[in-house]
Amino acid sequence: MSALITLTLIILVFVIIYQISKASEYTAVIRGEEKVKLQTNRTIAWLLVIFFVLGIYGIWMCNDYFKDKMLPVAACESGVHYDSMFNMTLLVTGIVFFATQAVLFWFAFRYQSTEKRTTFFFPHNNKLEIIWTTIPAIAMAILVAIGLKNWFNTTSDAPANAQIVEVVGKQFNWLIRYPGKDGELGKRSFRNIDDATNILGLDWNDKHNADDIIAQNGELHMVVNKPIKLLIGSRDVIHDVGLVHFRMKMDAVPGITTTMWFTPTITTDSMKQITGNPDFVYEISCDQMCGKGHYSMRGTIIVQTQADYDKWMATQQPYYVANAPTPAPGQPSIPATADTSKTAVKAETTKAITMK
Amino acid sequence: MNHEEIIIDGPNIAHGADVPTDHHAHDHEHHEQHFVWKYIFSQDHKVISKQFLITGIIWAVIGALFSVFFRLQLGFPDSTFPIMEKFLGDWAKGGKLSPEFYYALITMHGTILVFFVLTAGLSGTFANLLIPFQVGARDMASPFMNMLSYWFFFAASIFMFVSLFVETGPASGGWTTYPPLSALKEASIGSGVGMDLWLIGMALFVVSSLLGGLNYISTVLNMRTKGMTMTRLPLTIWALFFTAVLGVLSFPVLFSGLVLLIFDRNFGTSFYLSEIFIGGKALPHIGGSAILYQHLFWFLGHPEVYIIMLPGMGMASEILATYSRKPIFGYFAMIISLIGITLLAFLVWAHHMFVTGMSPFLGSIFVLLTLLIAVPSAVKVFNWLTTIWRGNIRFTPAMLFALGFVSLFISGGLTGIFLGNSFLDLHLHDTYFVVAHFHIVMGVSAFFGMFAGIYHWFPKMFGRFMNATLGYIHFFITFAGAYLIFWPMHYEGIAGMPRRYYDYSAWETFKHFQSLNAFISIVAIIVFFAQLLFVFNFFVSIFRGRKVTTMNPWGATTLEWTTPINPGHGNWPGEIPEVHRWPYDYKDDGNGNDFVPQTVPLRPGEEAH
Repeated sequence: MSALITLTLIILVFVIIYQISKASEYTAVIRGEEKVKLQTNRTIAWLLVIFFVLGIYGIWMCNDYFKDKMLPVAACESGVHYDSMFNMTLLVTGIVFFATQAVLFWFAFRYQSTEKRTTFFFPHNNKLEIIWTTIPAIAMAILVAIGLKNWFNTTSDAPANAQIVEVVGKQFNWLIRYPGKDGELGKRSFRNIDDATNILGLDWNDKHNADDIIAQNGELHMVVNKPIKLLIGSRDVIHDVGLVHFRMKMDAVPGITTTMWFTPTITTDSMKQITGNPDFVYEISCDQMCGKGHYSMRGTIIVQTQADYDKWMATQQPYYVANAPTPAPGQPSIPATADTSKTAVKAETTKAITMK
Repeated sequence: MNHEEIIIDGPNIAHGADVPTDHHAHDHEHHEQHFVWKYIFSQDHKVISKQFLITGIIWAVIGALFSVFFRLQLGFPDSTFPIMEKFLGDWAKGGKLSPEFYYALITMHGTILVFFVLTAGLSGTFANLLIPFQVGARDMASPFMNMLSYWFFFAASIFMFVSLFVETGPASGGWTTYPPLSALKEASIGSGVGMDLWLIGMALFVVSSLLGGLNYISTVLNMRTKGMTMTRLPLTIWALFFTAVLGVLSFPVLFSGLVLLIFDRNFGTSFYLSEIFIGGKALPHIGGSAILYQHLFWFLGHPEVYIIMLPGMGMASEILATYSRKPIFGYFAMIISLIGITLLAFLVWAHHMFVTGMSPFLGSIFVLLTLLIAVPSAVKVFNWLTTIWRGNIRFTPAMLFALGFVSLFISGGLTGIFLGNSFLDLHLHDTYFVVAHFHIVMGVSAFFGMFAGIYHWFPKMFGRFMNATLGYIHFFITFAGAYLIFWPMHYEGIAGMPRRYYDYSAWETFKHFQSLNAFISIVAIIVFFAQLLFVFNFFVSIFRGRKVTTMNPWGATTLEWTTPINPGHGNWPGEIPEVHRWPYDYKDDGNGNDFVPQTVPLRPGEEAH
């Protein structure tokens, strides 16, 4: 019932507005249409000027207000390059924006219809066309050149000393796999996946898997000033590893391994001081629509010193220890100490899964 | 059936200005048609154009209403809105939108607005209305196919509309419906029946678009009246012609992509699927590529942007010239830039895919081609600006929307320079910066082109004027609203805020934009009601608007204003007029008028354009 009343009210308001507008048509006829037309024209021209002035003022205020909230502090070298190129593009487009909009609104106001005005028959001018074809072409060429230089630098092969970590997306969280002591990630196959005991489908016949560590809470640890290369995959649908502070994005596609690399330059702790936010944390956002939990597919990155990283690493258990089937005879390299904590770790892992 | 013969008879002798014919043969007014054949299964391009427009308006209201619902969620994630439960039932239990339906709403908002409103509603309306009128033809090359084009669109609309009401909800994988998300029922509830209906609806839509497009192309090429050379065509026709070319060449590719997706969903093929573990089990699919779909989709998807943009460009060119009382500046440059845009439109699709892991070298080619498209676009903007320079500008609602179109096209085009540069896209990809960019450049600005066209040609469609005062109110609220909604989104995007999120409150990096989101939502709701005001004005003016009393109320030069105020089927009661000059002769005609219609022969000593 209330919906019906609201609807009736809305329609009523529309009818009233229409009737008032309609009345203006009749008064125009009474007062002389030509005269009213000219008057309306003047009013509209002034409104456009007011619109432009308020608009530019608003943009100015907005820019001022959002200055610190736009690009977050860049935490890697290519991110710094990114910011300088972004700002340069912003400057170029900003000038063009202001100039063309100003011209548009100025012409609209300046050449509004009046009784005396005659128009200037000016159908074409090849010189002008050539000028404003060439100038944008040159500007674009410069932007392309700068962009591609940065693009090839960023997408080049990772340095040989880069730390390698695998990031795998699934609905709706990130799984991080570290290669462990041997520095190599073992083989995995989607056919081996089991949500309880083998979340990434590691192949237990591959020795390299025995020491691999899997973080199921989506926590990605990195060493500051050391290049890191991410091998990115997906278990189900397309996700995207979005790293705002590193100005990086890469899709996680089932059946394909994609990569990205960068060198983090600021630790999480220093970042807390730089931003003045004690809760600061580097976040991994999913940037490719992946289902109903897309908005909550969050991972975190902890950039730390080598010492802190080593300390953290020492506390980690290989995934094998907690989850492998009873050690096969051909599996030699399992630390003896791990066996004792096996049940405890396993309980913890299962808990983590049920929470997701 | 008797009437059909007559209808087909008309266009076949469209070149008849030089053929001596019996006038009465064209005088269709005498033949009383049954209501069904006149207004429903009509083959008259004018009626079909109105059918497209009104269906488009209905879809636009639905699509816009959806955006109001999800903006409520984005602006006020902690509040409940019981009114939503009235509309959406269990999808918004207790007035709180569920995440599943939030994604369904954004998906359908995109699908509806991009395809059903700004493709069918825009091209369908104005290509149908203007091509026969402005080239001087009695109807389309094939009026029957033209009718089918509308009814396939109608069928597509039915499927899409029904999909809103199925139990598992409509498609919810985004309007791009990337597999595997859209291919696997386990991945999302929207990928169930809703997705099947979406695919059928879109397949029918492609059929409609092809039937229409082929007709538009053949009409422009073959049915021009005597004297109407290609270089005397108004820019609206050039733009609508290239729109049709783009559609005819790219929609089939989308169709193939959709068919493969239907196969993957229902018949166990693996075109897009490989190595997937979902719903607790490993699927048998091996060897497909999820990225293949994106190539097929964007091979249409990018030209689609220009399918949406070009009609607006053409109409803005026409309208800016008419109300500035000045010829369009650089007519040939405008045509060449249209050709440039059309060609490049086919060569830039992968700029939507810079972060899919494609080869960086391939990416670099697409960067180059993408930024190249800025050049013809810039030429068009400069030509529009020079067109109004030293004009005698009349601010009718149509002119205001055309000016707004130029303003928005500049604003949205410039942000494309960021996104087209792959390095800058690395950070901006799939953020609100993209949302702001494409809404301004192809959403709002295409709508402005459409509004300009409606206000300008409404007298030709219905023999009445729309109310101008309401038009002004509509313009200023929409223009200010568009900037207030989408300008702030750039800041969110530059901060890296991802699009298609249901709630940002758990994110340390993005949560401080909450109050800005609330602001955007409030403006969006105001703008929504301003659009309803337009719809109201539109429908009331059909019956109550001020009557048109002269054949050429705007003082325009093109052929549609030489037809009677309420033209019958066949458009001109007598012979089709002959064309003697280009369409932009806004100059003193020697009798105190400031324009010379295309039908007026050159005066002795007068130079042709």
